[in-house]
Amino acid sequence: MEKKRIVHYINNFFAGIGGEEKADIPPEVREGVVGPGLALQTALGDEYEVAATVICGDSYFGEHMDEATETLLAMIKEYDPAGFVAGPAFNAGRYGVACGSIAKAVEQELGIPVVTGMFTENPGADMYKKDVHIILTKDSAADMRKSMPKMAALLKKMMSGEEILGPAEEGYIERGIRVNYFAEERGSARGVEMLVRKMAKEPFETEYPMPVFDRVAPNPAVKDMKHAKVAVVTSGGIVPVGNPDRIESSSATKYGVYSIEGKDTMSPEEFMTIHGGYDRAFVLNNPNLVVPLDALRQLEKEGEIGELNNYFIATTGTGTSIGNAKGFGEQFSKKLVADGVDAVILTST
Amino acid sequence: MKLELGRIKIHDVQFGPETKVEKGVLYVNKEEIEKLVLEDERLIGAQVELARPGESVRIAPVKDVLEPRVKVSGGGGIFPGMISKVKEVGSGRTHALVGAAVVTCGKIVGFQEGIIDMSGPAAAYTPFSATNNVCVVIEPQEGLETHDYEAAGRMAGLKVASYVGEAGRNVEPDEVVVYETKPLQEQIAQYPDLPKVGYIHMLQSQGLLHDTYYYGVDAKQFIPTFMYPTEIMDGAIISGNCVAPCDKVTTFHHLNNPVIEDLYKRHGKDLNFIGVILTNENVFLADKERSSDMVAKLAEFMGLDGVLITEEGYGNPDTDLMMNCKKVSQKGIDVVLITDEFPGRDGKSQSLADAVNEADALVSCGQGNLIIEFPPMEKIIGTLDYVETMIGGYEGSLRPDGSIEAELQIIIASTIANGYNRLAARGY
Amino acid sequence: MVKEIERAGIPVVHVCTVVPISLTIGANRIVPAVGIPYPLGDPTLGDEGSYKVRMKLVKKALDALQTEVDGQTVFE
Repeated sequence: MEKKRIVHYINNFFAGIGGEEKADIPPEVREGVVGPGLALQTALGDEYEVAATVICGDSYFGEHMDEATETLLAMIKEYDPAGFVAGPAFNAGRYGVACGSIAKAVEQELGIPVVTGMFTENPGADMYKKDVHIILTKDSAADMRKSMPKMAALLKKMMSGEEILGPAEEGYIERGIRVNYFAEERGSARGVEMLVRKMAKEPFETEYPMPVFDRVAPNPAVKDMKHAKVAVVTSGGIVPVGNPDRIESSSATKYGVYSIEGKDTMSPEEFMTIHGGYDRAFVLNNPNLVVPLDALRQLEKEGEIGELNNYFIATTGTGTSIGNAKGFGEQFSKKLVADGVDAVILTST
Repeated sequence: MKLELGRIKIHDVQFGPETKVEKGVLYVNKEEIEKLVLEDERLIGAQVELARPGESVRIAPVKDVLEPRVKVSGGGGIFPGMISKVKEVGSGRTHALVGAAVVTCGKIVGFQEGIIDMSGPAAAYTPFSATNNVCVVIEPQEGLETHDYEAAGRMAGLKVASYVGEAGRNVEPDEVVVYETKPLQEQIAQYPDLPKVGYIHMLQSQGLLHDTYYYGVDAKQFIPTFMYPTEIMDGAIISGNCVAPCDKVTTFHHLNNPVIEDLYKRHGKDLNFIGVILTNENVFLADKERSSDMVAKLAEFMGLDGVLITEEGYGNPDTDLMMNCKKVSQKGIDVVLITDEFPGRDGKSQSLADAVNEADALVSCGQGNLIIEFPPMEKIIGTLDYVETMIGGYEGSLRPDGSIEAELQIIIASTIANGYNRLAARGY
Repeated sequence: MVKEIERAGIPVVHVCTVVPISLTIGANRIVPAVGIPYPLGDPTLGDEGSYKVRMKLVKKALDALQTEVDGQTVFE
């Protein structure tokens, strides 16, 4: 039987090429195992073959991310592998980022199972844990003996299509992906039990640690509003009557861009709300309550603002994941920038 | 206040000339129910159909689900302020047809009504695939205003549930469970060494399709108040909302509130269940601040050591949940929250719209964005016309063969945030 | 969305009812709206009254955009 081919990624240091002074070497490929690849081959067993090792200097990768990724991908593709392993990187920060980045690219581009390994405080862990499975390692290479078998075991499970269990069972860093399961007891009974423990000062474990939201520094104020172009964006679900883009009433997966060129007011004959989170009666009657076109047009005429952007952007806020909302924002912000918008009023219900 | 709840177990439902319970079988008179529903001139059509566990049946769009109950003694009647006159309930004896349910469905009011499958993979997510359902398909008058239609549908469910519940009045229950909560001082004195626990029950109250009623009063019009736990078992709270289908606390769930049931189970053993604080989830920030202030004040005044808090809905009610959590915690009271999660279809986003540091003990009722498959069913009760615009549905959800692909949240009470189900989510 | 607009370099003001959510997710310039069913305006005051409320809020939003802030700021 033909062995399943695996490609392994390591850095200059683990390849034995050299330390910091060799961190600038460009990508290269070698047949078979190199350095820690031996431990990987042993852990994978006879049915698998580490067909090639791809190597790149940490600094080189960091400074030429796109180019290095492309070169490495081409090298990896040559071997038509069934799986890919990067690292482990332990607590080496740049190496961790490289492992996460290349593993993510391989999974996306080649569609094969990938595994890497890192210490929890490696910056690469936070950056890539949502994208790829990262086996939790200790902070130094002394842990190689223990971590490589875990990585190999997880990769083998993935390649054979077995169900991947939780972080505790498989040994990977929790990815922050919420997965449903049926618990032994119903939620209310678990809640009462948790409360009894909390009141007794006994240990308990929350089923959902509070999320952390990132921050963005505010932009400088608009200096000259009288010449500024102002745009409206809303999460209030205002769309043309009939909802041509079929935006969902809740948990939206898309947004719409709608013209208000030449209009002085949001007419209920032309616009409606499809938002599933509130009593729509008032807004159906007067969509200006969410997209304040009448007031903004007046201010434009009075010269208080330079210009009202000739379209608004809308989606439904309720239940829409931060991930989707972020994606929408990234996309339409490019358009707003390209269209010379100087300031945005974002309205939410 | 002490209530004896007589549980009459129902294992089948059939049509019959007389509405009655015999040997665990519920017989219903189709014509009488239809006539009862059509007394409301806002409705021009009513059709009764039966759905039993395991059948190849899909019910949609479901508005409410109710358990038939009847007040046997103790004063007041079932659904006070709605069906019966306003009079305090929660004492004496009540009979429940356990295993039977009344389901109202028909042309959609908003986006918020949901689906029940009686068999197949989607059935596991709703408790109503396991009940013997008397489904009432209603049809509104042409052009009926949505608020009126919602009210008519709500009343139809309450009327039919009361009518069917009457059949249990003179039936000997299979089991009688006694629930008792005494006035505050006596209750504290009964188990002086056990921690005093309360339940903060947040009622959805955001307007059309988002209202809940307590003794007939719209919850957004009351200020937080105390309730004996047994009042709810006689229908003091009824649902007038659909929120998102997965989140809906149906009238059935109010009658069978799982937190109240599970607190009673450990009452006198490792906790002293003092009672329920009812509050709302309103649409103005000032109301949210006021209500959560009052909830914390009541919790402190009752001398509670710990509370469980449940919410209904998601999005901005998460703020009410977090305000309640924070303010009650600041009174030195231990808090556990029960809620469901909406982290997006890939499960990678934050599950709640709001967060506070005090929320360190949270029970998950599952994530509602997961996409699931609904195979075609032989029989549809109601209509599938609205699947793609219902919450959880999207363009392309309904396929020509009648199968559906949609988010879990399209199923009635699938991630209900009061802990009724075993579904939960964990981090992978 | 609000953060992505900010990240793209465009100053943005979030006019919203549930200020705590806006603070949690990380908007920088926040103007509290009237209510969830009618954020900009108040139909209970009639068309003209509602328009006045809306105009006032829009002006407040424009003021917020013209005000330098160094962190999350709610313009009451």
